[in-house]
Amino acid sequence: MKPPIIMPELTLDWNLCTKVLTGFIQSEVRRPGFPRVIVGISGGVDSSLAVTLAALAMGPENVWGVSMPYKSSSPESASHARLIADRLGIHFLEIPITPQIDAYFAAYPDVDHIRRGNKMARERMTVLYDHSARLGALVLGTSNKTELLLGYGTLYGDMASALNPIGDLYKTQVRGLAAHLDVPPEIIGKAPSGDLWAGQTDEGELGFTYEAVDRLLYYMVDRRYELPALIELGFDAAFVQKVFRRVQSSQYKRRPPIIAKLSARTIDRDFRYPRDWGL
Amino acid sequence: MEKFTLGIAQLAPALGNLDANLALHDKILREAEGQGVDLLLFPELSLTGYFLKDLVPSVALTPRDPRLDLFKHASRRMAIVVGLVEESSDRRFFNAAAYFEDGKLRHLHRKLYLPTYGLFDEHRYFAQGESLRAFDTRLGRMALTICEDLWHPATAYLAALDGAQIILCISASPGRGLRPDGTFANAAAWEHLNRAYAQLFTCFLCYCNRVGYEDGACFWGGSEVIAPTGDVLLKGPQLEEAFLHVGIDRREVRRERIANPLLRDERLDFTLRELKRITRDLERIRRARGEETP
Repeated sequence: MKPPIIMPELTLDWNLCTKVLTGFIQSEVRRPGFPRVIVGISGGVDSSLAVTLAALAMGPENVWGVSMPYKSSSPESASHARLIADRLGIHFLEIPITPQIDAYFAAYPDVDHIRRGNKMARERMTVLYDHSARLGALVLGTSNKTELLLGYGTLYGDMASALNPIGDLYKTQVRGLAAHLDVPPEIIGKAPSGDLWAGQTDEGELGFTYEAVDRLLYYMVDRRYELPALIELGFDAAFVQKVFRRVQSSQYKRRPPIIAKLSARTIDRDFRYPRDWGL
Repeated sequence: MEKFTLGIAQLAPALGNLDANLALHDKILREAEGQGVDLLLFPELSLTGYFLKDLVPSVALTPRDPRLDLFKHASRRMAIVVGLVEESSDRRFFNAAAYFEDGKLRHLHRKLYLPTYGLFDEHRYFAQGESLRAFDTRLGRMALTICEDLWHPATAYLAALDGAQIILCISASPGRGLRPDGTFANAAAWEHLNRAYAQLFTCFLCYCNRVGYEDGACFWGGSEVIAPTGDVLLKGPQLEEAFLHVGIDRREVRRERIANPLLRDERLDFTLRELKRITRDLERIRRARGEETP
C-alpha cells in the first residue's frame, strides 16, 4: 500500500499535531465532567483517526466505538470498523439501523438515495446520542475540514457532535496523521465513501480529488488567495469557481440556526459567552 | 538586589471562574515561596481566563477589591505579577497586569494594543490603555507589558528608553499555523521578537505565556527568559503546565551595555523630530484626501 500523498503546503508536524489534539480531547471532555467519549465508526479514515486520538487521550477503556450498518452497507465498512476497534482495544458496539430505516421508508417507497442517505446519517446520530446519555460519554465528531468547507455532510447527521478533534485537518492531512498513528493502511488507502448507497465514492460524487481540492482550499481559505492569484498558481478557473460556490452555498451548515431578533439581547448576536464558560 | 530568582507560573486558568483561579494562584504562591522566588509572573488574564467575551464585566476587579489582598499579603515575601480584568471608576474595563511588592499594588499596566482581528476580539470588550511607564522596584527598574503590546516595537523601545532593564511580558497566545518543524508559526515569531528586543535594548526579556484550551484554541506555553546577550536563560515546555524559575543577575545588563552601547547611542531628538514630521505629513495627506484626522 502506497503512503498517503500530502501536498508540501499541507504537511504538518504530526507529533505536535497529535499532542494538540489529544490535549484538546482531554481538556474539553474532562472539564465539563465527562470521563468518556463515544464515536460513530464507519471503517473510514476520518472516524478511525478520531477514535485513535480518543483512545490516546482518554485511554481505550473510556472510549466507545459504534458501528451502525444498514443492510446495503458494504461488509468491508463493518469489518474495518471492527478492525480499528480491536486494534485500539476500545469498547465496540454494532447497532444495525436497518429496522428503523426500512420501517420509516415503507411509507415513502419512492424516495431518492439522497433522502435515504440523510435519514441514515441522522438515524446514526440519534443512536450515538442515546448511548451518549446512557454511558455519560460525549459524542466526538468525525468531519474533516474539507467536507465541512464543501458542505459535504448531513446537517444534524454525521456533522453533529459535542466536539470535533479533526475539523481543522484537510482530508489529506487526516490521512497523513492516520498513517503516523498506525491506522491500518487498508483503511487509509481505500476510496473515501459515505457508503450511503452502493458504489458511492466521495471523489466520484464531488467531481474532483481530495489532493486537488485540499490544496485549493488551503490557498483559498488559509492563505486568503483571491481568484486571479489561484489561477496564477495553476488552478483551473472553473474548478476554483465550483469549489468557491460550494463553500458559499453551504455556509448555513457551519452555523447554528439564525434567530429572528426582537429583544435587546439575542443569543449568539449580542449574548456572547464562550462555550467553555466557567470551565 | 543585583541577583534574584524569577519564577514563571505557566498555568491554565479556568475560564470565567475567579474563585477557582484565586485558589490556583494561592497554591502556586505557596510553591514559589518554597523555591525562594523573588518575583513570580502569572500569565495574561491569569485570574479570569482569556476568551471571556460577555463575561468581562462579571470577572472584573477594581484595584481595591479585597480579593486582591491575597497578592498584597504574599508580596511581603516576593513580588508578584498577575493578569486581571481591571474595572476603572468610570466603568471601563481593561486587560491589565498588576505588580505587587512590599504589601502594595506597586504598578498597574493597562494593555495598550488590543488585538481585534483573526481569532481575537479584544477591542469589542476592553478599553485601550493610554500609557507605558517603567517603574522602580526592589529588583530593579522594570516595564510591564501584555502580549500584543510587544508586537508593536514602540512598546519595547519606550520601555528601554524609560530606563527599564527588565521587560516583563505576560501573554495568552493561542497556537496557530501549525508547521512541519514542531512549532506554531506564531510561537516561532514570538521567539524572534523576544530575542530581538533583549539584544536591541540590552535588557532582560521575561515572557510568561499560558497553556490550556479554551473553546478549541490551545495556548502554547513556551515561556522564556532572554538575557541582554540574546542567550536563552529559561525555556518552558510546549503546551504543558509548568512552574519554572531561573536566576537573574542584573550586572549582565551593565556588561552588555558596555559591550554594545546601543542605548547610549539612541538619538531621541532625531527620532522625535522625524516622528513629528511623519505625523504632519500624514495629516496633510489625509486632509488632501478629505479624510478626518484621527
